Amino acid sequence: MQSNSVQSYEHLAPSRAVKIRQRFVPFVVMAVVLLLIPFFDPSRTMYSLTAAMGINIVFALSYNMLLGRGGLLSFGHAVYFGLGGYAALHAMNAIDAGNSAFWSNYPVFMLPVVGFAIGALAGAVIGWPSCKRSGVPFAMISLGVAELVAAAGYMFGSIFGGEMGVTGDRMVGPQAFGLSMGPVEDVYWFIAFWTFVGTLGIYAFTRTPLGKMSEATRDNPERVQFVGYDPNRVRYLVFIFAGAFAGLAGGMSAVNYEIFTPESLSLVPSGLVLLMAYIGGIRYFTGPIMGAILLTYMQSMLSDYSEAWLLYLGLLFIAIVMYAPGGVAGMVFGLLEIFRHGGAREMLIRRVQQAVGVALAFTGLVILIEVAVRWSNGYGEVFEPFGLHLGIDTPLSWILILGFFGAGFVTLRLARNNEEGHA
Amino acid sequence: MKLVKSAALAAAMGFAAMGASAETVKIAFIDPLSGPFGPSGDAGFKQWSHAVSEVNEAGGMNGADLEMVPFDNKVSPKESLVQLQKAIDRGIRFIAQGNGSSVASAIIDAVNKHNKRNPGDEILFLNYAAVDPAFTNEKCSFWHFRFDSHVDMKMSAATDWIAERDEIEKVYVIGQDYSFGKAVASAAVGQLEEKRPDIEIVGNELHPLGRVKDFTPYIQKIISSDADAVITGNWGADMVLLVKAAIDSGLEAPILTYYGGSLGAATAMGEAAVGQVMQISEFVENYPTTDEQIARIEDFEETYSENDYYYHRAYNAVHFLDMAAEKAGSNDPVDIAFAMEGMTYEGPYGTVTMRAEDHQVLQDLFVSTFSADVERDVEDTGLGWTASDEARIPASATAPPTSCEMERPSR
Amino acid sequence: METIVFSLLNGVIYGLLLFMLSSGLTLIFSMMGVLNFAHASFYMLGAYFAYSIAGVTNFWIALILAPVLVGLVGAAVEKWGLRSVHANGHVAELLFTFGLAYLIDEVVKIIWGRNAVDYRVPELLDFPMFELFGAQYPAYRVFILLVSVGMLAALWFILNRTRAGLIIQAALTHPHMVGHLGHNVPRIFMSVFGAGCALAGLAGVIGGNYLVTDPAMAVQMGPIVFVVVVVGGLGSLTGAFLAAMLLGLMQTFAVGIDASFADIFGWLGLSATSELGGITIASLAPMIPFLMLVLILMVRPRGLMGDREL
Repeated sequence: MQSNSVQSYEHLAPSRAVKIRQRFVPFVVMAVVLLLIPFFDPSRTMYSLTAAMGINIVFALSYNMLLGRGGLLSFGHAVYFGLGGYAALHAMNAIDAGNSAFWSNYPVFMLPVVGFAIGALAGAVIGWPSCKRSGVPFAMISLGVAELVAAAGYMFGSIFGGEMGVTGDRMVGPQAFGLSMGPVEDVYWFIAFWTFVGTLGIYAFTRTPLGKMSEATRDNPERVQFVGYDPNRVRYLVFIFAGAFAGLAGGMSAVNYEIFTPESLSLVPSGLVLLMAYIGGIRYFTGPIMGAILLTYMQSMLSDYSEAWLLYLGLLFIAIVMYAPGGVAGMVFGLLEIFRHGGAREMLIRRVQQAVGVALAFTGLVILIEVAVRWSNGYGEVFEPFGLHLGIDTPLSWILILGFFGAGFVTLRLARNNEEGHA
Repeated sequence: MKLVKSAALAAAMGFAAMGASAETVKIAFIDPLSGPFGPSGDAGFKQWSHAVSEVNEAGGMNGADLEMVPFDNKVSPKESLVQLQKAIDRGIRFIAQGNGSSVASAIIDAVNKHNKRNPGDEILFLNYAAVDPAFTNEKCSFWHFRFDSHVDMKMSAATDWIAERDEIEKVYVIGQDYSFGKAVASAAVGQLEEKRPDIEIVGNELHPLGRVKDFTPYIQKIISSDADAVITGNWGADMVLLVKAAIDSGLEAPILTYYGGSLGAATAMGEAAVGQVMQISEFVENYPTTDEQIARIEDFEETYSENDYYYHRAYNAVHFLDMAAEKAGSNDPVDIAFAMEGMTYEGPYGTVTMRAEDHQVLQDLFVSTFSADVERDVEDTGLGWTASDEARIPASATAPPTSCEMERPSR
Repeated sequence: METIVFSLLNGVIYGLLLFMLSSGLTLIFSMMGVLNFAHASFYMLGAYFAYSIAGVTNFWIALILAPVLVGLVGAAVEKWGLRSVHANGHVAELLFTFGLAYLIDEVVKIIWGRNAVDYRVPELLDFPMFELFGAQYPAYRVFILLVSVGMLAALWFILNRTRAGLIIQAALTHPHMVGHLGHNVPRIFMSVFGAGCALAGLAGVIGGNYLVTDPAMAVQMGPIVFVVVVVGGLGSLTGAFLAAMLLGLMQTFAVGIDASFADIFGWLGLSATSELGGITIASLAPMIPFLMLVLILMVRPRGLMGDREL
């Protein structure tokens, strides 16, 4: 997709070729990838995984409209995702009931539009008071609102369905594009279509004057005010659009899972989307996409392989906050930069050295955690990678753990010394 | 957990779509394995695993080994569907779940939809503890079998007990704020109204599910209402904390519970609750039974030294599954479902029948009492549950009519 | 009458517990501008440390040792974690503590398991203190009251009567000025962070067996602690105290009230059978703190007693 870090400084205005390379080609690539996936005959698991990824990509991108582009830290973005999803489910049930001419002719395929509209409406209502503040007060208001809406979710059974949530059946109403929406293959096309539309829509938003003003407001609200814009108004409008796209993702989720429960409005999913966007890299448009793919994969695959996956997630997040504020995207584009500007061999060697150091130390950490997790379960199970027997009381475990840690730190120290020597 | 891992690896590589191998039939166990209701799910998993090993030792289900695969749903309906999807993706075709009627309701919906959309790939839901009456009435499904007596059936045992005691004039009902808690409350109010119209319901309270940490304010409300008996459907941490607060505050009225045997409740109650707390269940540890059953209980408590034998219905469920598979001569869920309808099983606590009209199990129930004079105690407290023969309610007395209109697939 | 007395007693105890938990965060937040998301995790650590220490020795040693350990962990986090993120601004610090909360949660689950541990009230205090309107009042609650009041007095004494306290007070309102006067601000920060965490740990030690010690206790308390700090106001311990008591009382009183919306707004034609009318005041209890948070931030951003805006 587009990359902010790769800019040609010879001409401040990007040339036609650059525009095509940065703005047009990535979307063509994305479309091709989405179209090709089914031809590899993925398993049901892969279909479930790609569906979850698509939903999270749009959700994380919408979140980044606030955090990355607008500088607004929100702890309650799942509210708009959830409200959009609930609206889509109620619409799905209205299609099923077929009481009104409008709904009985509405295809399930278009339900994310309902989510989009309700997400925008919720953003307009809730954003009006909360966008008068920014920074930490904004974050606190979003947290309070999230808790309030989640609590209300358990109270108003007719809207949110109580603990049971609201369920629906996606195989109702008229078919669009000949998709019955029943089998996972049909749902894949639905998800792929809306992931593409959502991504394109959010990208297009960043190119509008409002999108540009939002970045300006993030960087210097006072100056924006001097130029004659009202920062609160800019924030408010951005907030509405972010809510709308979150609602779109909620609509996708409603069709995919056919259920919404009040806990999907709560702080937990809101926290997860924050992690996705930040780990991916909030300064890059593609960052949240990478974060969403990575975290969804961890959530559904790593969680089966290691019970400590949330611990790895926490470690990853802290490491990124402390050492790589650019996130995964920052690292990827940093590497690309090195490759592109030839002659930076030393730089490359240093990066490789750092990577090796981190990998060594991380291996030690993984052994420690996996040994500890199995010990803590108390089922008498033992960590056995590559036929090794690593129990909590096996000396080999501790030798390996300390050995990897030691080797990692030595390598990192060497890399740093090199860097200082060159600096 | 280790069971998941090999399966996960296979799934990650995309092999799972081919389905389970011929040698093992997997049962997905979708229940909370962490959080406030984690102990309930964990205990259930152990009991199912033990029951399954019994069948495997006897030669398996039509020669195939049974295997339990745990999935943690955190009692969330949405998470359950994600886990159910995972189980289906791995080719698992039998689902066991029990904790939380909200979860069971979502699973029934999802199973119905899956079976409609994927003919030839049907899955079966074995419900061992979710007791919302709706599941075998208006929401009944061919793909759902319930191995526990539902709310109204258990409540009829409880209200009979109250109706016989003239000194009880005021009753307080407290429960969890979701479909199950509401079903308990309405059954209590409705049946008492019918059996003892003179009884006054002095309180009918619902509290948030799994979020109350200190029940003292609720207990103080009960005490100041002068209730002569308390009825609660609470389970898991909500049960443990409720009785803990009741004992700490010196509540003296008898407490009729559905799940007084929840893990940790006995420890929290202690000596003070002897004779005060009652439980309505299909199994009582100190009720006289067959040697075979005693050997089973002892074997379970030896294998899982931290747990007490509790979910007897897991054995019923597994044996029904095994017998139905044998009768059908097939391990296919559809054949098994047809074979299971109307089947009976002579259990150690009387005859157990799977009613064909609504897939509701009919079994004897007991109103057991928390007692200090027991042979088998729970949680090493020296205290346990006993029931006399008078406290045994025959299956026929608890069997309610059903409004189920079952839609069966064509064969 | 019974309801009022009981709600008052329980509300005061809950309020004091909340204050103990939040006072540390108020100090940290006012001085360093760090809204520590992991603060409630230190409360949880306190409870778990106490559980483990009490298992080996006894409750009284745990009461002293556990908060100290939590304080050391807090100081270490400040020194090797927060300080290096400081340069990237407050949002980065906030995110760091957010990640830390995840981390502590998971580590606790690995070490102590996913389910609640049986952390008991010490036997010495496990008896009914007195009987009130037919209900017994457990002695442990009175003990919580005493510990909280003792802590309150100690905190007041340290802040107002010692040199260290005066520096801290000065740093609360004028952090830069204190630095210019030649005090080692990073060290003050580290000790205050550690002390704040130790207070949270103490709340965990005495709250863990009064409520429940499980891995979810941090997540449940976390947001409420923020509410106390924000509603109380920046730089004001008195404000935090008022807010904590207000919250404690309002929440427990709400549980004790049986009235529903229909009883209150019945004159507007709201019927008890309608969904809105059927909502009881008791069921609103968990929402009250957040309603207060949002209202205060919109109407009075400096909080009840704060000396500057958030």
